[in-house]
Amino acid sequence: MTTPSRMPQPFGQEGGTNLADVLERVLDKGVVIAGDIRINLLDIELLTVKLRLVVASVERAKEMGIDWWEDDPSLSSGARRSELARENAELKRRLEQLEQLAPGRGEATSAPAEVEERGSGEHERDR
Amino acid sequence: MVSTNVTDELRYVYAVCRPLPGPLHADLTGVADAPPRQVAHKGLVAVVGSVPARDFGHEPLRAHLEDLDWLAGTARAHQKVISALTTVTCPLPLRLATVFRDDSGVRAMLESENERLHRILDRIDGHIEWGVKVWLAPGADKAAAGAPRPSGPPASGRDYLRQRRAQRTAGEVAAARADEFARRLRAELARSAAATRLHPPQSPALAESGAGRNVLNGAYLVPRERAEAFLELIGRTEGSQPGLRVEVTGPWAAYSFTDDPDDASDDSPADPAARTAPAGPAHPAGQRSAERA
Repeated sequence: MTTPSRMPQPFGQEGGTNLADVLERVLDKGVVIAGDIRINLLDIELLTVKLRLVVASVERAKEMGIDWWEDDPSLSSGARRSELARENAELKRRLEQLEQLAPGRGEATSAPAEVEERGSGEHERDR
Repeated sequence: MVSTNVTDELRYVYAVCRPLPGPLHADLTGVADAPPRQVAHKGLVAVVGSVPARDFGHEPLRAHLEDLDWLAGTARAHQKVISALTTVTCPLPLRLATVFRDDSGVRAMLESENERLHRILDRIDGHIEWGVKVWLAPGADKAAAGAPRPSGPPASGRDYLRQRRAQRTAGEVAAARADEFARRLRAELARSAAATRLHPPQSPALAESGAGRNVLNGAYLVPRERAEAFLELIGRTEGSQPGLRVEVTGPWAAYSFTDDPDDASDDSPADPAARTAPAGPAHPAGQRSAERA
C-alpha cells in the first residue's frame, strides 16, 4: 500500500506530519552553522539517538501519564545532576579512603586534582 | 544569572535563502511565537526571529533541548517556518536552534559562510525533498511468505522444531524479498532524483504502532516540476509486494542535502544504487551527478 502523506500541493500544511519525521529532519539534518550560542552538537546527537528509541512513544506515553525518561540521565538534566552529585560524593569517599591507606604516596597526591578537574569541567554543576 | 537587558533578545535563524520575491506572510509565526523576518547581506537572506535569551541563551537552551515537550514544540515551529518558505523559494534549512546575539552576528555569518551557502543553494535551487520509507509489516517475516501456519500445538518436540525452522526460513525469505524490493525501488527512484541520501532506518518504536521493520529510509532531491511524477513512480509499486508498505513524507525543504557540494570528505551516504543507474533524463542536477560519478 502506498500512502503519500502529503501531495506536492499545497505546500505548508504541517499539522499532520509525524513528529518523528519532523525531528529526524530538524535535529539531524539541515546545515550546521556555528551560531553565537554554541551548543555542543554531541549533546544533541546523543539526545537524538535516545529520541530514536523513545520519541514515538512520547505522545502516547504522556497520555498514559508515563514519564520515565525524566529519571533517565541522558534525557533529563535533573537526573543527570543528581547522578553527578552522587558520583562525585562516591569519588570523594574513595579518595579519602586512599589517602588514609597511603598517606605518603605519589598516586594519592595526583588524585585530588582529577576529582577537582572533573567537578569544574562539568557545566551542569555550575548552574 | 548575569544577563543584561541589552541582550534579552537573541536571533533564531531558520534558513538562508536567495532574495525572496516579497515579504513573508504577515500572519506567520515561528519559534517563541515570533514572526520571522529577513536579514539580507551579500545576495543572501537569513530568515530570523527574535527569541528570548531566557530560553535561548546557552544554559537554558541546553536544558530545553532535553525537554521533549519543548523540543517537539520548537521543532514544529521551526518546520512551520521552513515549510512556509518552501511556498515562495527553495530555502536552505539550518539545524534546529542556530542562535545569534543580534542581526549583525547574523550578517557576519552570511559574510563568512557566503560561498558555502551559495554552493548549497545552487544545488537545491528548484528542488524539493521527498522522504521514502519502506516498511516490512510485523509478522510478515514470520508467518507470511507462503509458509503454512501450523494448526494446533506441535505433536512432539521434533514437530515443534520443524515448525520453528519453517517459520524462521519463511522469515528469512520475507526479509530477503523486502531487501530486494527496497533495492529495486532505490535504483528506480535514484534515476528520477537529482540526488539521494540514505538515512538510518527508523526504529519501529518511532513510527505508528504496528509499522513493522523499516527496510528503507531514503531522501530524494527532486526537481519541483517532476515532484508529481516522482510520486506516481512510487504509486506504481502499490500492492506489488504483500507485507510491504511504502510511505512517502514531504514535500520537505532540502533538509537532507545541506552538505557542501565542494566537500570531498562528505560523510552523508549517497545511495550506492544511484551509481549503477544510468544517467536520468535531463534535469538541472548535472553538477551533482557529475560530482558523485
